[in-house]
Amino acid sequence: MAMSIVHRVTGLALYFGTVLLAWWLMAVASGPGAYAIFSGFIGSWIGRLIVFGYTWALMHHLLSGIRHFVWDLGYGFGPSEREGLTWAALIGGIVLTILLWVLAYAFGGGR
Amino acid sequence: MSNGSPSNSSIRTALKRVRGLGASGSHATSDFWWQRVTAVGMLLLTVPVIIIVMMLLGRNQAGAGQILGTPVIALIMLLFVVASSWHMKIGMQVVIEDYIHGEKVKLVAILANNFFALAVALASAYAIFKLSSGV
Repeated sequence: MAMSIVHRVTGLALYFGTVLLAWWLMAVASGPGAYAIFSGFIGSWIGRLIVFGYTWALMHHLLSGIRHFVWDLGYGFGPSEREGLTWAALIGGIVLTILLWVLAYAFGGGR
Repeated sequence: MSNGSPSNSSIRTALKRVRGLGASGSHATSDFWWQRVTAVGMLLLTVPVIIIVMMLLGRNQAGAGQILGTPVIALIMLLFVVASSWHMKIGMQVVIEDYIHGEKVKLVAILANNFFALAVALASAYAIFKLSSGV
């Protein structure tokens, strides 16, 4: 039950997080100066923390959203199924977030 | 009223009073549908978008711009931007309607939500178009 509010809260976080996406794209389109400012912010510990949180919010919201699709289609309403889907979204979201950051550091050198 | 007869204060029928108050009087059904269409769209785009972001990590502005300006990548990013801003606009509207009950505050919040979603979408789309045109 508490998990449905997490879906909503991660959705809200992603809502405001899209400002970062727009800023990133605008910075690349604007030129080296604007990009340096963006990179400086994202590279800082607070920037990385925000992007890490954004990654988790996105992964959790995605898996939690799939859970809602399962329910939309009329499945997964049994007590154990409901619990299982919720735990899968919770654990899956954390696992995917860590996996993505390991890949990011492996490919991008953590820059 | 429960028997469908007009109340003392109005000559309107019960049907007339309730007509338009359900889902048919708003965009609610359409919102429900598009919330799911955009969700499926983003689900399909997740892996490509993650790959694109990974490709861009650690690059300088010129390198990142060159990649983002590639037609296929620009199109994927554009689809993702459109789907996500639309999806979040609907999601925020649902949240506003659930928690804000003052009509004036609600109106302002919904207006702000529309402007925010549109601004994010247009800024992102503009940047992608600019990079695609190679300027």
